[in-house]
Amino acid sequence: MEYSVIILLLPLCMFLFLGLVGHKLSERVAGILGTLGLTVTAVLAYVVAFNYFTMPRNAEGVFETLQPVNFEWLRFTEHLHIDLGILLDPISVMMLVVITTVSLMVHIYSMGYMHGEKGFQRYYAFLSLFSFSMLGLVVATNIFQMYIFWELVGVSSYLLIGFYYTKPAAVSASKKAFIVTRFADLGFLIGILILSFFTQTFDFQTLMSNPTSLVTETAGMTFMGCSVAAWAMALIFMGGAGKSAMFPLHIWLPDAMEGPTPVSALIHAATMVVAGVYLVARLFPMYCAVPEVLDLITWVGAITALYAAVVACVQTDIKRVLAFSTISQIAFMMVALGVAFDSDLHAGLGYMASMFHLFTHAMFKALLFLGAGCIIHAVHSNEMSAMGNLHKYMPVTHITFLIACLAIAGIPPFSGFFSKDEILTAAFEKSTLWGVWMTAVAGLTAFYMFRLYYRIFWWSKPDYGHHTPHEAPATMYLPLVFLALVTCVAGFIPFGEFVSVNGEAYHIHLDWSVATTSIIVAVAAIALATWMYFSENSKPKALADKFRALHTAAYHRFYMDELYMWVTHKVIFQHICRPIAWFDRHIVDGTMNMLATVTNGVSYGIRKLQSGYIQWYVWVFIMGALLIAVLAMCF
Amino acid sequence: MEIPMIAYLVVSTIMFFAGVYGFVTRKNMLAMLISLELMLNAADINFVVFNRYLFPEALEGFFFTLFAIGIAAAETALAIAIIINIFRHIRNVDVHNLDKMKY
Repeated sequence: MEYSVIILLLPLCMFLFLGLVGHKLSERVAGILGTLGLTVTAVLAYVVAFNYFTMPRNAEGVFETLQPVNFEWLRFTEHLHIDLGILLDPISVMMLVVITTVSLMVHIYSMGYMHGEKGFQRYYAFLSLFSFSMLGLVVATNIFQMYIFWELVGVSSYLLIGFYYTKPAAVSASKKAFIVTRFADLGFLIGILILSFFTQTFDFQTLMSNPTSLVTETAGMTFMGCSVAAWAMALIFMGGAGKSAMFPLHIWLPDAMEGPTPVSALIHAATMVVAGVYLVARLFPMYCAVPEVLDLITWVGAITALYAAVVACVQTDIKRVLAFSTISQIAFMMVALGVAFDSDLHAGLGYMASMFHLFTHAMFKALLFLGAGCIIHAVHSNEMSAMGNLHKYMPVTHITFLIACLAIAGIPPFSGFFSKDEILTAAFEKSTLWGVWMTAVAGLTAFYMFRLYYRIFWWSKPDYGHHTPHEAPATMYLPLVFLALVTCVAGFIPFGEFVSVNGEAYHIHLDWSVATTSIIVAVAAIALATWMYFSENSKPKALADKFRALHTAAYHRFYMDELYMWVTHKVIFQHICRPIAWFDRHIVDGTMNMLATVTNGVSYGIRKLQSGYIQWYVWVFIMGALLIAVLAMCF
Repeated sequence: MEIPMIAYLVVSTIMFFAGVYGFVTRKNMLAMLISLELMLNAADINFVVFNRYLFPEALEGFFFTLFAIGIAAAETALAIAIIINIFRHIRNVDVHNLDKMKY
C-alpha cells in the first residue's frame, strides 16, 4: 500500500501551492482546488481502509500492522534513530477515514461559510496544512514522528484560531491555545526522552512487541515515590491531556472558539483534540504495564467529564456550550481507556468503546459545529439571546442538529447511543462508582444539549427586525446532511470487528441493563430540558436564582481561568520571572554595560591625543620606538 | 682597498635620521615625501650591505631591495596623487593645514 504516502503528500503540496501562489488565485479557484485535493486524499484514505480491512487476518486472527513506507531520517546511536514513515493498523486506518471525511466536509462547508472573507486563500492553505499534520500524526511509525506532527497540528491550530488576526480576542485565544498545549508538550517530550532512554527505541512496533520493556528496564528506580516507568507514561499522558483539553489543561479550548466555526468543527471538535486519546490508545499496551497511570487517566477523565458537563449547562455562547461538550465527550473516551484494563469479563472493552466513541463523536460533533456555523451565519451572533424559534427559518439545519443532539444524548438508533453504551458498560465493569458517575454525566450531556437545541430552535422569537434568518447555501447544508446520515448509520457499523485491543475480532453486544438505564436517564434529562426550555418562561431564571452561587461559579467555569491568571501573574511572574528579569537586566546586562561604559570613558579621556597633526604622530612614534629600543638594551 | 661595512652603515644611518628630521620638521608635504624616500633608501642600503658582507653567497637582500624600490615608486605616485588632490582643495600643500583628520 505504498500509495498511502500520497495521502500525506497531497495536502502538503496543496498547502505549499495555496500558501505560495494562493493570493494570485480567485477565491473560487482556491477553494475548489483545496477541496479537490482533499477529495482525492479522502478517496485514497477510503481505498486504503477498504484494502486494509478486506485483507485476510493473520494466523492469530488479527489484522497485520503494515509499514508501507519507512525511511531513516536521523540516526543518533545504533538503536536510537528517528524515522519517518507510515504505519497502518486498525486505529490509524480508522483515524485516516475520520480525518479525511470531516476535513472534506469542512472544506466544502467553508466555501459557503468563509465566502467573501479576507484571506480566504490563506484559510484553505492552513486547512491543508492541518490535514497534512493530522494525517501524519496518526500514521506515525514512531513516537518522535508523532511528536513532530503533534507540534505541527499545534501550529496549524494556532494559525487557524488566530485567523481573524485583527481581532484582539482571536489573537490572545491563539496564543493561549499555543502556550497551554506547548506547556503540556514539554511533559510529552520529557516522557518521550525517558521512554527512549530506557527502551532504546522510538519505534511503536518495537515498543509494542515488548510493552513491559520500560517497566523491566526501570525496575526499582523511583522518583518522588513513583516508579520511573509511571512517570514517563504519566508525562506522555500530560501531552495528550493538553491536546485533548483534559482538566486542568482544558482552558485553551473554550477560547479557541474565536476561530472560524468550520475550524472549530475540524480541529477543536473532531480531530486534533482527540489526538490525546489516540496517543493513549497507540501506547495502550505500555499503559497496561503501569496500571496506576491508567487509574490517573480514569480520574482525570472522570473529573473533566463532570466539570465540563456542569459548565456546559449554563454557558450562553452556543460555541462555548459545544466546546465544553467536546471536552466532556473526550473525557468519556479517556475514561473508557482508563477502565479498559483488567475488566475481566470483556478484555479491553473500554479500548474498543473509546475508539468507537472517537469515531462517532467526530461525526456528530462536527455536525453540531457546522450546524452552529449555519446558525451564526444566519443570525450573526454566538449568543443564545439572539436566537430562538429558528426551526421555522432553517429546516435543514434544524433536523440535522436535532439528529446530532439525539446522538450525543445517547438515544437509539443514533451512533452516539452505541458508543456511549459501550463506554458505560466498560465503566460499570471496572467499578460501580465509575459506571454511576459516567451515567450521571451522560444525563447532564443530554440535558445541556437539549437546552442548547431548544434555546436555538424553539424558545421565543427574538426581534429579528427586517433581517429574517434564512437557510444557509447548499455548500453549507450538504455537509450537514451527509454527516447526519453518517450519524444515523454509524452505530450499526460492527466496529469491534475492525478495532479492538488485541486486534482480534470483537463482537459488540449491547448490555441491555446498562443501555436501558442510560436511555431512561437521557430521556429524563431531555424531558427536563423540554420542560424548562421549550417555550419562553421564567423557570431557568428562577432555578438560577435559587442556586445563585453554583450558577455563577459554573458560568465563570469555576474560575479556572482566573486561577490560572492568579498563578501565572501573581505567583510565577511576580516571584519567579521578575527576579530572573532583574538578574538579567542588572547583572547580565549590567556587566556588559559596565564594559561599554569603561571603554567609552577611557576613550573619551584619551581622544585628545589624536590631534590631526601628522608630524606629531610621527614624533610620538619615533620617540616610542626609541624608548622601546632603550628599554630593550637596558634589560 | 675594501671599503669597510661600517662606512656604509654610517652613511645609511645619516640618511635615515636626516629623513626623520625632515619628515618631522618640514611643513611642505613634498619635502616630507622626499624625507620619507630618504628613510626608505637608507633601509634599502642596509639590506644590500648586510647581504653583501654577511651572506655573500645569498641573494635575498638584493631582491628585497629591488622589490622595495618598485613598491616605493608606486607608493610615491600614490602620495603625489593625494598631495595634488589636497592642493586642489585647500590651494596649498602645508601639512599644518591638514588638521581635519582627528576625533
